[in-house]
Amino acid sequence: MDGTPAMTGDDTWEVAGRRFRSRLIVGTGRYKSLEETGAAIAASGAEIVTVAVRRVNLSDPGAPMLQDFVSPKDYTYLPNTAGCHTASEAVRTLRLAREAGGWNLVKLEVLGPPPYLYPDMAGTFEAAEALIKDGFEVMVYCADDPVAAKRLEDMGCVAIMPLGAPIGSGLGLTNPFMIRSIKQNAKVPVLVDAGIGTASDAAKAMELGCDAVLLNSAIAHAKDPVRMAIAMKAAVEAGRGAFLAGRMPWNYNADASSPMTGLIR
Amino acid sequence: MSETIAITVNGERREVAAGESLAALLRAIGLDTRKVAVERNEEIVPRSTYPEVTLAAGDQLEIVHFIGGG
Repeated sequence: MDGTPAMTGDDTWEVAGRRFRSRLIVGTGRYKSLEETGAAIAASGAEIVTVAVRRVNLSDPGAPMLQDFVSPKDYTYLPNTAGCHTASEAVRTLRLAREAGGWNLVKLEVLGPPPYLYPDMAGTFEAAEALIKDGFEVMVYCADDPVAAKRLEDMGCVAIMPLGAPIGSGLGLTNPFMIRSIKQNAKVPVLVDAGIGTASDAAKAMELGCDAVLLNSAIAHAKDPVRMAIAMKAAVEAGRGAFLAGRMPWNYNADASSPMTGLIR
Repeated sequence: MSETIAITVNGERREVAAGESLAALLRAIGLDTRKVAVERNEEIVPRSTYPEVTLAAGDQLEIVHFIGGG
């Protein structure tokens, strides 16, 4: 026997015509330092990283920048609209991101108010429409609502990314049935974005059939982010492997593994 | 004394010489133009045009870059 089938090599996924091997997308925020950011992201094996767009600090223009530790030459940058609560803020932010980096593959999120920052779907639809019209390829953070998800896909979003739980909550998949429903209805990739707390949550998302998982705090806020990054990489691979393998049926009665014949008397 | 005009950069008022270009302002601040993007009065300014963009009194500039985010 040589190698493990499907876990490596040919099991890739595609979004907006770009092909990736890693099914783990990681955020670059909330780390203690840029050094730690770089180390954890390298350990995660991620090929796509989300980044935020913010004002330059004019009083310290020479401060080290994210690009120096997580190079856009090594990773696909996925600019986000974190912190945007209206469609117009989100569209402005991503136009700036496109000018800064030249990328049209973006993560759209239009958020409702604290404490839940739940996706504002009216604003999300409005922003998605404007961005798609302007030539962006939109991966969209959204409610775990199969009807809304389908509408976003029909509008032309390139990936649907329902939340597992509120951003940064670490509560895991609070509604796995809806995540599965969205995946079953979709022809574009479906990713769980937000809510992942630990490795088993990521594995569970992959076992539901999701194409990939997007997380940030679960690694950045772990006591040992590099170790958690390695665990997440393994969890996503394990969950994907289990999905491809096809789990055994649920059975509410015992079904012994050892033969019932040849027992001593 | 050369004439100055007032503009707003990232929410802060700033005096610049009348006729100064956007490229000159970015140089004066000390920014690597390859790593930032600029919006002027809510319109994106293409990077290739920085030298030709002359700042006007009352201009509102947003200068952004990528930082860590989820």
